[in-house]
Amino acid sequence: MADLKTVGTSVPRKDAIEKVTGSAEFIEDRYMGPMLYAKMKKSTVAHGKIKNIDTTRALKHPGVKAVLTGKEYPNRIGLYLIDRTFLAVDKVRFWGEPVAVVAAVTEKAAAEAVDLIEVEYEELPGVFDPREGMKPDAPIIHEDLANYEIVPIFYPEKGTNIANHFKVRKGDIDKGFAEADKIIERDYYVPQMQHVPIETHKAAVQWSLDGKLTVWSTAQSPNVVRQLLAKSLDMPMHKIRVISSYIGGGFGCKAGASIEGLLVPIAQKFPGHIVRIVFNREEDMQGTFTRQALYSKLKTGVKKDGRITALQYEMVWDGGAYTEYGVNIVRAAGYSSTGAYDIPNVKTDSYCVYTNNSIGGPVRGFGMCEMQWGIERQLEEIARELGMDPLEVRLINGMKKGSTTASGQVIHDLDYDKCLKVVADKIGWGKKEESRDGKYRGKGIAGLVKCPAQPSNAASSAMIRINEDGTAHVMIGATEMGQGMLTAISQIASEALHIPVDKIDIKVPDTDFTPYEWQSVGSRITYTCGTSVKRAAEDALGQIYRVAADLLETPQEDLSFDGKKVFSAKNPDLTATIREVADSCKKCTGEGIAGPIIGRGSFVPTNMTNLDPETGQGNPGLFYCFGATGVEVEVDPETGVVKILQLACSIDAGKAVNPQLCTAQLHGGTIMGLSTALYEEVRFDKGIMLNRNFTDYKIATIDNTPHMDSFIVETPETNGPYGARGIGEQPMIGVAPAIANAVSDALGVDFNTFPLTPERVWQAIKNKK
Amino acid sequence: MTEKLVINFTVNGEKEEKEVIIGQTLLKFIRDELHLTGTKEGCEIGECGACVVLLDGKPVNSCLILGVELDGKDLITIEGLSKNGELDRVQKAFIDHAAFQCGYCTPGMILAARALLDRKPNPTDEDINEALSGNLCRCGAYQEIREAVKASAEKK
Repeated sequence: MADLKTVGTSVPRKDAIEKVTGSAEFIEDRYMGPMLYAKMKKSTVAHGKIKNIDTTRALKHPGVKAVLTGKEYPNRIGLYLIDRTFLAVDKVRFWGEPVAVVAAVTEKAAAEAVDLIEVEYEELPGVFDPREGMKPDAPIIHEDLANYEIVPIFYPEKGTNIANHFKVRKGDIDKGFAEADKIIERDYYVPQMQHVPIETHKAAVQWSLDGKLTVWSTAQSPNVVRQLLAKSLDMPMHKIRVISSYIGGGFGCKAGASIEGLLVPIAQKFPGHIVRIVFNREEDMQGTFTRQALYSKLKTGVKKDGRITALQYEMVWDGGAYTEYGVNIVRAAGYSSTGAYDIPNVKTDSYCVYTNNSIGGPVRGFGMCEMQWGIERQLEEIARELGMDPLEVRLINGMKKGSTTASGQVIHDLDYDKCLKVVADKIGWGKKEESRDGKYRGKGIAGLVKCPAQPSNAASSAMIRINEDGTAHVMIGATEMGQGMLTAISQIASEALHIPVDKIDIKVPDTDFTPYEWQSVGSRITYTCGTSVKRAAEDALGQIYRVAADLLETPQEDLSFDGKKVFSAKNPDLTATIREVADSCKKCTGEGIAGPIIGRGSFVPTNMTNLDPETGQGNPGLFYCFGATGVEVEVDPETGVVKILQLACSIDAGKAVNPQLCTAQLHGGTIMGLSTALYEEVRFDKGIMLNRNFTDYKIATIDNTPHMDSFIVETPETNGPYGARGIGEQPMIGVAPAIANAVSDALGVDFNTFPLTPERVWQAIKNKK
Repeated sequence: MTEKLVINFTVNGEKEEKEVIIGQTLLKFIRDELHLTGTKEGCEIGECGACVVLLDGKPVNSCLILGVELDGKDLITIEGLSKNGELDRVQKAFIDHAAFQCGYCTPGMILAARALLDRKPNPTDEDINEALSGNLCRCGAYQEIREAVKASAEKK
C-alpha cells in the first residue's frame, strides 16, 4: 500500500464550508411546509398504573389539533427486545415517560395544552438499584417480559426483572484460581452519564394521501428507523421514507429509533402537514438513553510473575425502564470482559436488570468504558500487590497476535504493546515527580479495546454514479454526526476510483435514494461502509475498463484510468474520456456498447458467528481496535481538585484514512472521557433525574481542556479498506481509569468509582489520614 | 392575541425594519423571522453558547435576549461573517485545524472567537479559554479550536 494517493492524507472536511458558514442544514433548519408542533405530557411518577387520562380541557384549548394517548396508540417498538411503546399504555415505568402527546398550531399552544391534561396514577413500589431488582421479592417492572418479541441471542429470565443474562465460560475457572499466587477481589461502580449532544433529539413526520410516510429525524440510522417503523406500523418499507440531515452530535443517543413513531397517528389525521417534535434540553437529558450504571464484582487470580490466570466478573447493569437496546450493551461487555488482556480462564455473568430509572442505552464505548474501568483499576491493584510496575503487568498480560478474547476469538491485527509504550514514553513513565507546593503528583496509564457491537448480519451498501465529465456521486446510507464520515468515505472512493476527492460528491442519506446501511454506530462505518464503497468503486472501474476495451479495441489489461481518461499503456493514441465511455458506440458502425457507469458494492461480515448460549464462545468481533491513555496529574489536598498536567492518547487505527480527522476523533473521545472522569454523573432520587441542564450537569469546556498528545499506530486490519479500522468510540475508554490510576499514584488511595470530583477526592484524602 | 412592535436594526450590514413579537427571544426572531438558521438552539437558557451572535460587536447568547432589544442595534450572525463569498480568517482557520466535528456549536464558537480577536488581536491560551468557556462543544474539538483561534490571530 505504498502508493496510496488520497487515503492517508488530511484533505479538508467535505462539510467544512457549510459548517463554518452556518449553511449546514440540520433538521430544524429546513422549511418543510405547514407545521403542527408536538409536545409530550410526561409521567410524574417513576412506577405506577395509569388510572385515568383526562384530555378534555387540552382538546378545547385554542390552537390544539389533536391529543393522543397510549390507549389509542399502543404500538410497540424496539431494536433487540421489543419492550417499549411510544406512549405509556397501562402503566408508567420511569419518571418523565411520555403518557400523551399534543399537536397544535404553535409550540406555545401545545405546551399550554400539555398542562391541561390530567393524569391519575396509582403509584407502585419502584426499583432504583438493579441489585435490588434482581432479588426474588422485587417489584416486577415488565410483567409481560416472557411474551416480548426478542432477537434470540438475548436471554431474559421469566418472571424477573432480568432482561438479559449473558454468560462467558472460558477455560477452567477453578483451575485458574488454583494456579494463582494471589487473588484480588473488588467491587466497582460506574454511574449513569448523559451524551448531551448540543443538538437535541428532533423529528418531523408527514403523511401523504397516497399512504406515504416521510420522516425527518436526527436518528443515527435512517434505515433502522425505517425498519422499526415498518414493523411497528405494519407498513411496507417503500411507503416509508426517512431523510437525514447533518446531525449535531450523536454519541449513541440517537441510535435505533426513538421519537419518530410518536407522531405518526397525528400526521395521519392531518395529511400534508408536517408534525414536528423538538426536545428541549431537559427532555433530552431525561427522556432519551442514558449510559447504564454498572455495579460490578471483579476477581482476578495472578501469579507472582504478574501473569493473570483467572478472571471472574459479575456485572449488574441498570438497564432502566426499557432495555430494547441496552440488552446488547450487556452482551458486548460480557464477550469482551477481559478487556485488552489475554486471560485463559474466565467466568463472566453480565445481567441487564430493569429499574425505574431513565432508559439505559448506547453511549460512546457501548459498555466498554464501564466494564474496562474495573479491569484497568484492578490491574493497578494487582501491580501494587505484587510490587510490580503497572505498565509491566499490562505488557505481560496484554493481547498480542494470536491472543484470544473472553469469547475465544483469535485476534491477529494489533500492536497493543506499542499503544501502551508510546503514551508511557510521552508522559515520562517511571520517573516519579516529587510533590510541589504541597500538591501531589502522580502518573497513570490504562489500555483499551473495543470491537463494533453489531449483529453478525449488519450489512452495508454503496452506489457510485460516474458523470459524463468524470466526476462522481457516492451514495451511501451512513450519517454524518461529526465523525467525518463524508470525508473519509470520499477518500476511499477516490483512492479506488482514481478520481480526485474534490470531484466526488457525497451526501447524507435519504432512504428513498441511498442504499442500505445498518447503523452509524459501533465505530464501524469506515470499515463497513468503506468496504462497500471500495467495492462499488472497483465495480465502476471494472466497467470503465471493460467498455473502454471494447471501444478502443484493445485488451483490458493494457488499460489505465487516470481520473480523466482511459488510455492504453502500450499505445498512447488509444484514449477515451469518461463521456466517450459512458455513451459508447463502436467507431465503425455507431452501434451502442454501453450506457452510463454505475458501480455497486455491498458488505456483510463473514468472520462473525453467533455465541454459544452457555459459554459465550464464538466470534462476535468484526475487528478489534486497541489503544491506551497516559496521564500525569497534580492533586491539591486542600481542595481535592485534580489538575491534568499531561494527557497522552494512542489508537491503533490500522490505517488512518485522514490523519487530521483521526486525530480529531482521538482528541474528542479523550475529552469526553476526561469529562466523565472528573465531572459527569447523572443523579437520581427515586427515579427522578435531578441534574437535567448544563448548570447542574457539567461537561468539559475549553478552559478545562489540557493539551493532548496523540499517537496514531497503524497495524493494518487485514480485511479493512486499505487496512483501516474504526476508532471513533475507543479513545474515551481508557481515560477515566488512567486518571484514577494517576490520582491513586499521587495520593496512595483507591477509587472504585468516578467522577473524581473535588469532594470525592478530598474525602478520600481525609479518610486516609 | 400576540402583540408586536416595529423595530429598526442592522443585520449583517443591511438595514431592516421588522415587526417582532413581544416576548419572543432574539434567537427565535433570528431563526423564525429573519430565517437565518445558522444560529443554533442548544439549551434555551444561556448555558451552551450555540446561539451566540454579535450585538454591537459583543458576543451574546441570543436565547437570553428579547427580540425587541435588537431595536437600534447592529446584529452580526454567522451568515454575515464571510464577505462577498470570502471566508473570515477565523472560519478559514477552523477549516485548516479541523476545529469542528458535528458543526452544531460552530457558528456560536466562531462568533465568540471573532469577538475575542476584535478585542484582543493576539490572545493567549488563557484569553481564549476564558472567552470561549461559555461555548460547549460535546465533540470535544477544544484543542483544535484553541489552535485555530491562535492561528487566526497570527495571520494579521
